Amino acid sequence: MITAGIDCGAYNTKVVLYRDGKVLARAGVRSGFDPPAAAERALEQALQQAKIGRQALTTVITTGAGRKSVPFADDNVTAVTADARAVHELAPEVKTILDIGAEEGRSIQCTEGGRVADFAMNEKCAAGAGTFVETMARTLEVPLEEMGPLSLQSEKATAMNAQCAVFAESEVVSLIHQGTQIKDICRAVHDAMADRCVAMARRSGIVPQVALIGGVGYNVGFVSSLQRELALEVLVPEHPEYVTALGAALLGADHLNS
Amino acid sequence: MSNATQTAVQAQPQQEFWRWKEYNWHDPHLDWQAATTISCGIDVGSVSTQAVVLADGRLYAFASRRTGNNSPGSAQKALDWALEETGLTLGKIHFTVGTGYGRVNIPFADKAITEIACHARGANFIYGPSVRTLLDMGGQDCKAIRCDERGKVQNFLMNDKCAAGTGRGMEVFADLLQVPIESVGEMSFQVEVEPPPVSSTCVVFGKSEALGLLRSGWSKEKVLASYCRAMAKRVVELLARIGVEPQFAITGGISKNIGIVRRIEDELGVEALEPQGDYDPQIAGALGAALFAKALVERQRRQGATA
Repeated sequence: MITAGIDCGAYNTKVVLYRDGKVLARAGVRSGFDPPAAAERALEQALQQAKIGRQALTTVITTGAGRKSVPFADDNVTAVTADARAVHELAPEVKTILDIGAEEGRSIQCTEGGRVADFAMNEKCAAGAGTFVETMARTLEVPLEEMGPLSLQSEKATAMNAQCAVFAESEVVSLIHQGTQIKDICRAVHDAMADRCVAMARRSGIVPQVALIGGVGYNVGFVSSLQRELALEVLVPEHPEYVTALGAALLGADHLNS
Repeated sequence: MSNATQTAVQAQPQQEFWRWKEYNWHDPHLDWQAATTISCGIDVGSVSTQAVVLADGRLYAFASRRTGNNSPGSAQKALDWALEETGLTLGKIHFTVGTGYGRVNIPFADKAITEIACHARGANFIYGPSVRTLLDMGGQDCKAIRCDERGKVQNFLMNDKCAAGTGRGMEVFADLLQVPIESVGEMSFQVEVEPPPVSSTCVVFGKSEALGLLRSGWSKEKVLASYCRAMAKRVVELLARIGVEPQFAITGGISKNIGIVRRIEDELGVEALEPQGDYDPQIAGALGAALFAKALVERQRRQGATA
């Protein structure tokens, strides 16, 4: 039995194909302005990778912001449920999940059994989402992938007063003019964002072990800032961006097995 | 389009659509040399700086310009510009009050007073003593202020954390849609039916949402209408938390954007007061500061006389 999980994110659409405890394929495409088309393309890519046809899929489960816009889905689940399910599978010791995507952030507190005990969300403000780092990277004229490594080279904290991404952009410009080193500004950006994310996580409760998933999990600078802010080790699973899609695929399989 | 005009279009430097007009003014009919008290107010905001000079409590001169990255410098430049061609110099000014976000950084100010107090005082002067609720929409913040008939602050609420509902947010949208910021208001009414507001609170997310709407075939006017409505709703939430008691007035740069003002009035079901005379509502903060400066210098003189 093969199940497909499709995570229709604000920025990227991710697909995971899953069979009997194994991931067969992962594929991601830009969501763009047509989420159903993006879901279709991502699924096709994943099927090609796995070298299987569409008819081999037993069920297709969508999740994420655009989960209700995919006409060929058999069912949909919330990202919170999918996150909890997948992280319990990957690292059952995790009690607190931070899922930070391009335009949304979620914190979830899980029970021993991997169920959702409480959660908090930010979908209103860019300051706690990946877009924040991307906007600052553009202002700094630093490629997004270099933000993290540069940030790790910094040895000192620099205060950022602005919370809002729009105001932070002006603040970054004035830091540049003041002669602040780029690596220190990179760290200030990640520190500021970690501060916002931890404030959100406090609303649902922080219990170790903490895990970080979502696209922002690739950013080593943010992970370091987050660990400093929490004063805790943070686990980042492999392929953090695909964890939510995996959760949807797992829930699809659970449903069929029950 | 012919090749010639095409080249001409391309040769134009990139237009800065957010850039609003800087201006100065003085009253040529007023003789400052005949005044007993010359007072000055400087409002160094995060985006714009205003200087106002009063001669015996009457508006004599003012200037408004961008703050830039040097607030002491912009205070001096704004004052110099206000005094241009008047013959009046800093040395002849009896008292200067600084206000706004950069108020502690004005080298020639005698005192600093918060912009909340100054805006209430300035609005009392511009709109008259009947003003009870004031909305100051600045470049990087937005304040809802309740005041009494003397322009004294009773209570206030402020958003200085988020660009949604501030001038900066509007600048971002003017640039995105390539519409000169001073035309945003008028253009936002060129729609047959008022569209629903953009759903995003955040300006950054609002930008992506607007691009999606343009792609789906919305006109710029319709997107502007939708953004202006969202912004109005956002500031009305702030007003609702403090309670709106008429009369109601709006100060700050956004009070010149008819697209926002009319929609705020529509959401509130209350009309905003028109300024008395030709007073510019963007100078309310600096004007309030200059009025405080006048009162302070007069008090000093009284104390000097009795001592």
